[in-house]
Amino acid sequence: MSAAEQIPIAPGLFTWPSNDPRLLGSKCSNCGIVIFPAQQSCPACSGQNVEQIELERRGTLWTWTIQGFMPNRPPYTGPETPETFKPFGVGYIELPGQVRVESRLKCKDPSKLEIGMEMELVVEKYVVDDAGREVIAYFFQPVAER
Amino acid sequence: MVDVAIIGIGIHPFGRTEGVSGLEQGVYAARQALKDAGLEWSDINFAYGGSAAAGAADTMVSKLGLTGLQFINVANGCATGGSALQSAFMAIKSGMFDIGMAVGFDKHPRGAFTVNTEGGGLGKWYGDIGMALTPQFFGMKIQRYMHEFGITEDALVRVAVKNYKNGALNPNAWRKDAMGYEEVATSQMVCHPLRKYMFCSPAEGGCAMILCRADKAKELAKKPVYLKAVSVKTRPFGSFEVFSQSQALERTNTPPTVLASRAAFEMAGIGPKDIDVAQLQDTESGAEIMHMAENGFCKDGEQEQWLRDGVTEITGRLPVNTDGGCLANGEPIGASGLRQVYEICVQLRGEGGARQVPRELKTGYTHVYGAPGLSGVTIMAR
Repeated sequence: MSAAEQIPIAPGLFTWPSNDPRLLGSKCSNCGIVIFPAQQSCPACSGQNVEQIELERRGTLWTWTIQGFMPNRPPYTGPETPETFKPFGVGYIELPGQVRVESRLKCKDPSKLEIGMEMELVVEKYVVDDAGREVIAYFFQPVAER
Repeated sequence: MVDVAIIGIGIHPFGRTEGVSGLEQGVYAARQALKDAGLEWSDINFAYGGSAAAGAADTMVSKLGLTGLQFINVANGCATGGSALQSAFMAIKSGMFDIGMAVGFDKHPRGAFTVNTEGGGLGKWYGDIGMALTPQFFGMKIQRYMHEFGITEDALVRVAVKNYKNGALNPNAWRKDAMGYEEVATSQMVCHPLRKYMFCSPAEGGCAMILCRADKAKELAKKPVYLKAVSVKTRPFGSFEVFSQSQALERTNTPPTVLASRAAFEMAGIGPKDIDVAQLQDTESGAEIMHMAENGFCKDGEQEQWLRDGVTEITGRLPVNTDGGCLANGEPIGASGLRQVYEICVQLRGEGGARQVPRELKTGYTHVYGAPGLSGVTIMAR
């Protein structure tokens, strides 16, 4: 069986294809503020001189929740049906010296999530689209779970 | 600049009204407001109005009467009603018009709001992956707040119990049944730590106000309520708002609610301690708790004790959401902010019936919050 074609969930969110994918942010050349996803101007100082940078792979969990019901489809394109849906974690991960990014979490157990815990980036298959392609997305998972 | 008074208020009951469009609920509220003011539609110089999901407000002229008035549609998310009111306030303050109307209405399908990610500048992927949901934001925001300021689940439950209790006393509320502590505390977990009965739901309703120059209010109304301040602010850099795909490491201490609140207090020339009754956005229990502090009524963390002491109950020192808030009324986006103003007018006029605050009220305050991080505040006085 040949490997399915893989496409990122959106262009420019993370380096892809890559053996060591990183989230892509933008850094303002004027005030140094980093934001994610990358954009062409700085929301802090209104500067328009920004550079794209790769973000840290590891950070700490700043806050989190567990999405308890299946999101409306559309826009949701997750692989579940209402019958198979399982709650999933969402949180903000603080990347040292850079920015806090919002991400789905590879953990859905509230007893295993704690503010301040170490998290790391995972870029992997999210769902197979109608054309049979693997849609690749980013997640964060607790470092201890590796 | 001239001062502004509210001389007529109208509401269409919130909740679910089968067979009545959102626009018709807005028209109903407008007629109620006109009747309350003792005016005819032809007396109205201008109107600002809006809905998020129930059509263009200005089309209500075909039902109310084609008088040729200036009617401007407002679309500003959850602050649509508040923005319509602010626009009407400015129109009178400027001296351009004497009498006008602010109106809002809506009719949403059941279930969580579906977000237009691309229209909101978020990118399609954000909805694809299941992060374009307001309940997630509220869960994450209060989770962090509880961590930082020692708020417990007890406080979340108490807010919900209070608001359903107040709603049960309000004939226009959607949810008219009080709910026990256990029922709230054991309801289904929706977005941790927030449970089902700690959230409001999208709903239907309409609300309208007639505003006029304050110097004409006495001759037009028996009990005018003076609109001392209106302020609408958007998010500054470094605030943690709904649909933030990233946030700055350094947080601002002036999120949009603080900005709007401070500007309104400055305009009114009074402070939080001078407010007798308040309506604070309670999209869910956590929001009311955070908004108590962001609007300057208490310090971060004090809410736990305030709620235990019943400070924000109808019988307390600062009653909050005496009509049951969003929790008991649901959230028809276009009407929600005006409902808050309606309730303060009712309270200041002493017409709250079973939910009337049992002491003399001179001042009232409203605060609405909506995506993608904007707040509207009004301050009213008798």
